[in-house]
Amino acid sequence: MNERVKAPKTAQADLSRRSFVISAAATGLTFAYAGGVGDALAQAPAAAAKPFGPSVWYAIAPNGLVTVTCGKADMGQHIASTMAQLICEELGADWRDMRVELATNDPKYDDPVLAAQLTGGSWSTNMNFDAMSRAGAAGRMALTEAAASIMGVPASELTVRDGVISHAKSKKSVKFADVVKSGKPLKTFSADELKAIKLKTPDQYTLIGVSVPQLDIPSKTNGTAKYGIDTMLPGMAYGKIVMPPVRYGATVTSVDDSAAKKVPGFIKAVTLEDKTGTTSGWVVAVASTYPGAKKAAEALKVTWDNGKNAKVSSDTILAEAKRLQGSADSGFFFVKNGDADAALGSAAKVLEGEYTTSINIHAPLEPMNATAQQQGDTWHLYTGNQFATRTGAIAAGALGVDPKMVVMHQAWLGGGFGRRLDADMVIPAVLAAKAVGKPVKVIYSREDDMTMDFSRPLTFQKIKAGLDADGKLVAMSHDVVSAWPTLRWGIPDFLTPSVDKKGALDGFTVNGADHFYTVPNHSVRAILNELAQSATPSGQLRSVAPGWTFWAVESMLDDLAAAAGKDPAQFRISLLDGAGTNDGGAQRLRNTLLAAMGLAGYGSRKLPKGEGMGVACVSSQERNTASWTACVAHVAVAPSGEVKVKKLTVATDVGTMVHPDNIRAQVEGAALWGLSLAMYEKATMKDGAIEQTNFNDYTPLRMSQTPEVAISIIANGEAATGVGEPAVTVVAPALGNAIFNAVGARVRSLPITADAVKAAMKA
Amino acid sequence: MPNLVINGRNMSVDAANDTPLLWVIREQLQMTGTKFGCGAGLCGACTVHLNGEAVRSCQTPIGDAVGKKITTIEGLSAKGDHPLQKAWILEQVPQCGYCQSGQIMQAAALLAKNNNPTREEITAHMDGNLCRCMTYSRIQKAITRAAADMRTASNSATERRPT
Repeated sequence: MNERVKAPKTAQADLSRRSFVISAAATGLTFAYAGGVGDALAQAPAAAAKPFGPSVWYAIAPNGLVTVTCGKADMGQHIASTMAQLICEELGADWRDMRVELATNDPKYDDPVLAAQLTGGSWSTNMNFDAMSRAGAAGRMALTEAAASIMGVPASELTVRDGVISHAKSKKSVKFADVVKSGKPLKTFSADELKAIKLKTPDQYTLIGVSVPQLDIPSKTNGTAKYGIDTMLPGMAYGKIVMPPVRYGATVTSVDDSAAKKVPGFIKAVTLEDKTGTTSGWVVAVASTYPGAKKAAEALKVTWDNGKNAKVSSDTILAEAKRLQGSADSGFFFVKNGDADAALGSAAKVLEGEYTTSINIHAPLEPMNATAQQQGDTWHLYTGNQFATRTGAIAAGALGVDPKMVVMHQAWLGGGFGRRLDADMVIPAVLAAKAVGKPVKVIYSREDDMTMDFSRPLTFQKIKAGLDADGKLVAMSHDVVSAWPTLRWGIPDFLTPSVDKKGALDGFTVNGADHFYTVPNHSVRAILNELAQSATPSGQLRSVAPGWTFWAVESMLDDLAAAAGKDPAQFRISLLDGAGTNDGGAQRLRNTLLAAMGLAGYGSRKLPKGEGMGVACVSSQERNTASWTACVAHVAVAPSGEVKVKKLTVATDVGTMVHPDNIRAQVEGAALWGLSLAMYEKATMKDGAIEQTNFNDYTPLRMSQTPEVAISIIANGEAATGVGEPAVTVVAPALGNAIFNAVGARVRSLPITADAVKAAMKA
Repeated sequence: MPNLVINGRNMSVDAANDTPLLWVIREQLQMTGTKFGCGAGLCGACTVHLNGEAVRSCQTPIGDAVGKKITTIEGLSAKGDHPLQKAWILEQVPQCGYCQSGQIMQAAALLAKNNNPTREEITAHMDGNLCRCMTYSRIQKAITRAAADMRTASNSATERRPT
């Protein structure tokens, strides 16, 4: 039994979206402080002096190197480096001495707020800021106390900077390394003592707010960074999956391996009996090499019963969504303020809009893969994953073993975007490894990766909005129909009770619909599309719900502004008045919009015919964790309906900037993701299968399609918020509104096509 | 057994002639800096040099590589200090980093022939390389910076040349 692995505590975790702040205070500091030491410590070469491990989050070796163990998945957001930066600020170490390593799924590395190893929601910096700061400060205090005794001076007279503890009066100083080497006993901290530590105030920061070199970047320029797919184990075989003709619901009826047996190195065809229901109808061809496994997979003759989803298509999913939306009994209320129906009945002007978004595929550039190895009773899994707590438990479920016996080994993620929240990749690895009795590395082909994606759900939304005689917004009813990705997790704490307590809904399909505009009568319904839920199974794709809710809300606001005869930006500003519970957020969003307008020159210059600017602003990801983000899109629209994006201007209020350059990188990447989803990426389902298979027919943005992105970061001293996702959500509506501004064409379906724009120009 | 010359070293490999070079480099020789992205020549993650030309190793059977000079990201420079690698760090280009070996190898083939490319030439040369994190503008900047460094280096080399 591996003592380092404890049972994942998924079921007990308090993950209620509304309790983040409270649980941060309550559970944020309960990590095994006094006794706990990081993996770095366990793995450090034997030395005369022991490394100093003041917390699970880092250890200081006798040579002075500080190794931070990052419990978050690093998928390019450089979160490992960010954790090191937060610790380094309070610890007072030299940035050049900081190193990072990635945690296993040992619960001691759980997120201090989420109480699980889960990376998403643009939450990590916000939720770990306090815990990492306190861990760093505790280390500094312990080292200072020991240094005082070494130097024979009062600890209160010591200062710490760049890994050196100095006494100004006596001009004495010792390095962190000297203190660790001295073997002096170092103070440990109880949870209460940790809580009592007085952290630096922003004016004392020397590292937060500085764009230090990211610790992972050099290894990503010379081929040495290790991803899950780079795992090499002695005696390892390879698995290539034969995927069924439908996305979900197929059953294997026969496997003929007679031709596969002629492939050199072929070992076995393994039909997956997946007790977790994560996969269906998968067969793994195992061989001694990957090219051999691929040839064997091609030679296997597999037949399937295609199951109940064999006729499902994007069209039938959309038709079902419209049927559900039309029924008053469907779904649960996420927002219900005032009486929207009554107010719409008495409004002077009522506008309606139906908005759709297509199925979208994550397609991280590192295809899904996992390597599984059994050692005694312990299973080792090597794969880059965003939700180690759940993925380890699912692997255990597939194997029929205690989750304690599954060790997840994290790697750099070759893209995550929400795809690696899922656990499907570990199923073929563990079941094939079990079947052949040796380690197996399973690598999805790009075709497997695309057709078996836990895709962004196809969504259908309808908004009805009413203006009074003065052009004031008095009512909005908003229905959102989609698959519910989070329901699939089976973790009740991740669902949101409906406002009337009649049931639980997937808040991660409606976040954003609870926007900060003042609307006296406002209702939002979340409606589950069971057909999509079964046939597509969908997942969380970068920015999740705000990626579609704001498409609808912000497009409708533009139409309302036009109906009220007002400038769309000014109309928004008038609605962001901060009334009631919108106080604070609304003002920050208004200020952000003004910043974007200023940077873009919105309204201050005359554009040529066929060009236009559109605005949108969002409170992504959630009301409680928003980064206030606004965009001004500048487009030129040809008579053919073709849209050229000339420039995207994005402003975002992140409260506190930990790493300005990283924020810019994330915001730019996110904005370009928004553009890619808005104009270039579309997947479709036909006969129960995703039709797109590779980058020839699923076509993310390329360099030649990349416009200038101007970015303004607002840091007003509030708590640090996340930046990986919000800018995704603001681009599509800003583009739609820019097209409307340019040529009067309103498009309501994503992705935006030239044909749709041309048709709307005629209408 | 085919013999391959990779990064200046002779390597005998146990694989059929039709095996994609990518899998031999990655899984057999365990030089994992070269990445698998699409298996169809559509993303550029697997880019290596064959006699100095950027090629997609997932589309190159090892039979076609025999007798040619193969260079991977591990062999682009002795210490990871090719002007492009230095520029990649200075511009802090990589996010997830998975495509970046291929991006750097693709760019290196361009700069070897043209150390003063225009923005348009860079885009045309790099458009087959996908970056799912969409670091394109930083890739542009880094290539421009590396090109400038290479010109400076070659100018100073010229100046130092004895008359």
